[in-house]
Amino acid sequence: MMVFERRLLTRDRGAGVLEKLWLIPWTFVLLLCAIAAAGYVALYSAGGGAPEPYASRHALRFGFCVVMMLSIAMIDVRVIARLSWVGWLFGLGLLVLVAVHGQVGKGAQRWVELGPIQLQPSELMKIMLVLALAHWFHRASWERVGNPLFLIPPVIATLVPVGLILKQPNLGTGMITLMIGGAVFWAAGVRWWKFAILIGAAMGIAPIAYEHLHDYQRARIQTFLDPESDPLGAGYNIIQSKIALGSGGLWGKGFLQGTQGHLNFLPEKQTDFIFTMISEEFGLVGALTVLALLALVVAFALLVALRCRHQFGRLVAVGLGVNFFLYIFVNIAMVTGSIPVGGVPLPLISHGGSAMLTTMVGFGLLLSVWVHRNAEFGAARE
Amino acid sequence: MSKREEERRRSVFTRRALLLGAGQLGLFGFLSYRLQKLTVQEGERYATMAEENRVSTRLLAPPRGRVMDRDGRVIAANDLNWRVLLTAEQTQDVAATLETLSRIIPLSESERGRIERDIRRRRRFVPVVVREFLSWEEMAKIEVNAPDLPGISVDVGTTRFYPYTEHLAHVVGYVAPPAESDIDGDPLLALPGIRVGRSGIEKHHDRLLRGRAGTVQMEVNAVGRVIRELDRREGTRGQDVQISIDAELQKAVRARIEEGTSVVVMDARNGEVLAMASQPSFDPNLFSSGISATQWREWTRNRSTPLINKTTNGLYAPGSTFKMVVGLAALEAKVVTPGERIFCPGHYDLGDSRFHCWLRSGHGNLDLRGGLKNSCDVYFYEVAKRVGIDRIAAMARRLGLGVDLEIELPGTKAGFVPTREWRQAQGKPWNLGDTVVHGIGQGFYQLTPLSLATMTARLATGRAVQPHLTHAISGRTVRGVRAEDWPSLGIPERDLRLVREGMWAVVNEEGGTAKIARLPPGYGVLAGKTGSTQVRRVTREQRERGYRAENQPREWRPHALFVAFAPYDNPQYAISVVVEHGTSGGAAAAPLARDVMVDVMNRLRPQPATPVAQPPGTPGAPGRTTEAAPAGPQLAEAPPAARPAAPRADAARVEPSRSDPSRSDPSRSDSSRPDAPPRR
Repeated sequence: MMVFERRLLTRDRGAGVLEKLWLIPWTFVLLLCAIAAAGYVALYSAGGGAPEPYASRHALRFGFCVVMMLSIAMIDVRVIARLSWVGWLFGLGLLVLVAVHGQVGKGAQRWVELGPIQLQPSELMKIMLVLALAHWFHRASWERVGNPLFLIPPVIATLVPVGLILKQPNLGTGMITLMIGGAVFWAAGVRWWKFAILIGAAMGIAPIAYEHLHDYQRARIQTFLDPESDPLGAGYNIIQSKIALGSGGLWGKGFLQGTQGHLNFLPEKQTDFIFTMISEEFGLVGALTVLALLALVVAFALLVALRCRHQFGRLVAVGLGVNFFLYIFVNIAMVTGSIPVGGVPLPLISHGGSAMLTTMVGFGLLLSVWVHRNAEFGAARE
Repeated sequence: MSKREEERRRSVFTRRALLLGAGQLGLFGFLSYRLQKLTVQEGERYATMAEENRVSTRLLAPPRGRVMDRDGRVIAANDLNWRVLLTAEQTQDVAATLETLSRIIPLSESERGRIERDIRRRRRFVPVVVREFLSWEEMAKIEVNAPDLPGISVDVGTTRFYPYTEHLAHVVGYVAPPAESDIDGDPLLALPGIRVGRSGIEKHHDRLLRGRAGTVQMEVNAVGRVIRELDRREGTRGQDVQISIDAELQKAVRARIEEGTSVVVMDARNGEVLAMASQPSFDPNLFSSGISATQWREWTRNRSTPLINKTTNGLYAPGSTFKMVVGLAALEAKVVTPGERIFCPGHYDLGDSRFHCWLRSGHGNLDLRGGLKNSCDVYFYEVAKRVGIDRIAAMARRLGLGVDLEIELPGTKAGFVPTREWRQAQGKPWNLGDTVVHGIGQGFYQLTPLSLATMTARLATGRAVQPHLTHAISGRTVRGVRAEDWPSLGIPERDLRLVREGMWAVVNEEGGTAKIARLPPGYGVLAGKTGSTQVRRVTREQRERGYRAENQPREWRPHALFVAFAPYDNPQYAISVVVEHGTSGGAAAAPLARDVMVDVMNRLRPQPATPVAQPPGTPGAPGRTTEAAPAGPQLAEAPPAARPAAPRADAARVEPSRSDPSRSDPSRSDSSRPDAPPRR
């Protein structure tokens, strides 16, 4: 093993903040601003054609989060790596806390009050899990990863928080967390056949798991399969969402002209269903534009992963990219009636602090990886 | 980790990351496809659905058509109904508002409970009715105190109003909220506050009166709050129905009758019902505001059945008023000749049975005319025996007895005339004794006063007139108003004349059973027939002890009946009177019929240009028989002010012959009117 080197950057350990800022990809920050601006427009409409109560707070929050993101980007990725297990433990602690003291909302314990902000620990946990897993696999050679015993600790590190999230119960986030973990395992080089076995096993136990779901979760799946069966109950959201999306047509009804949104047929139009507002008022063109901007963010994460010269950074970039992608995919698939409804917001566009905060923390970490993509990690300390 | 190992790890990572990226790209493609499918391929369908969401079409209740009497007096109208409403979202404290309001209009605990329940059940912007049918005073007080009553508003709706209250309740009926069984596909019925006819004309002509709903299209939000009105199409108001009843005559008739009495007055020429009174009655206005359970119980448990129209639903044996039917059947069957005399010893023996005449001493020899005049039972026992029940029943049906007369009053009873087949279907034989008893109108008959009036009208005119109430709809006169609309009964005029003569003798000849029913001079001549029907069987023992009906307890006394038409030579009006437990047709029913006929003449015969009076003692006008003198128009009971100024649509029809000589007699003065009808 190599000797631990105390160099932070490739060229100079003492690179200043200004220098690091120079390394920030500002095009990416601009891209985020564009997406947030689209969110502002949509929330302005959702507020009935006024900045209050959603749009102005969205802008304020975004501004704060950009500063936070840039601050995180300044932190050395090796420091982050070193602290990743601490972060994981912190996340786990919050999950336990929410299980014990959490706010009950919509039949599930998901929120924890941290001073003035409500935090959804499951959101934070996704990021912490990515960091922890990336750290674990950072040093593992291809052969090492092939050893099943080596995989036991990261599997436990994944399944414990997933179990807690499912217990809340939050089926959607639990599944997403599992998929993010899986993506990191996959990128780290875990063998194909292990995934094949796992997926096979999962399909085997799915019917048994279904039996243990909450009634409302089962209802959600059933309504998804046949939304018209319950047009005023659980199926209402899906139907109204599809109506709003579809009625926008190619070019949309025009800004502030969406009847579904403005007459309140859309449920939670400022949060989970914000994308339907965009589609109703700006049509397919507007929807695809927003979708393309979001896809660029995912592409950027992939770029960071490919350009990074250390395994930790690569895995973090892949994990965070998949995290962001899953947000987008689940949300849009949900509003288009492609998968069962679950409370997943559209990051940077939906109203709401928790999702924006965790997303931007993620981007901060991603930027840190980018800024420190050439950092050289020392030898293993184990 | 060696360089080689690192390289290997990196290449695996790159491959897998790119695969992952490809997968993500694929899923983005899937999302794009879904969006494209929803917006472009199915966009139109969803646009329609969005429009259906947005636009709510509501119905506008059209005003219900009015019901008018033959002179255009309104007997069912729409009245304004002032209501207090409470909109929960406009007040901070519902309880406090109600508290303040209850200082103006007292609210009971149960009312408050109902209001609070309504508020909980509905959206907060939907007004809830606090109280209906406010008086002007209450209204004004609420308006003045409006600033202290947040959320309270006053609006005006309509309610059905019957100015003639209980006088026409049985005819016009009443309205009530639709029941499950009323739902007939008319979207109007789904409107809140809508009323449908529940009985009488209101029910029969409900479709006409109801009108067609208008629509208003409004943009609404998801919870149903109206954002703005997009389009409005007014409905068509219900059609006005004019009925043949004379409301003032009806009132006059009702003023004369007591509990258990029914009177039907018909225009004999066309079957129009002019008055139809059944005592007791009820106030249909109470249904409009919603009747209390106590009131309903009182009505339904009352033994004198105020809710039931006895003229159409009361069933009675016709008694001697049936004898004309038997006589006509016998004449037609030629089993008796008009002049043939039958001896009445006071009783009639058939096998072992003895049937009594009402006159124990007997009438001696009587022909048909005498039989009717004296209402001799023995004469008709014998005639009935000769003609047989089958031909009697057939004649009864031809005259409108025991058949559905199709009058526009839902639930009307057809009545019943027994036949041999009916009895045999019950597994019992029809004996000759049964025929004999049925010859005098006793036995299994169940007839309504309306059918008896119809029988009289048919006898008087020889036409198969049917009683009806509808005179005009939206100002257009319906079929059946002209006498020629009705076909002949096919009974020879000679036979009819013989029977009518008998009825004339009943009233106008010395020894007739209803001499009391003679009309006062100047009113023309009335012909009629009395009847009394036992409600309990009189036993031989009672008879031997000197049974007298008037000594019995009231509910055991016989019903008293009288049927009549007038004027005799030119029949225009037919009447039937049934006085429950009135004991004797001649004593109880006949005088009433006479008075009602006088009312009819006063009300329905046109006024002369100058008041008419005849010198005392002058019974009739020249050129006519004394008996058949047409009545001089009378003013005594109907001052001109009581009649509407508007010309009557049907004036030409009701007017008697214009050649009436008394009309142009200028020598008469108002002060000398000896022939004013008697008042009782």
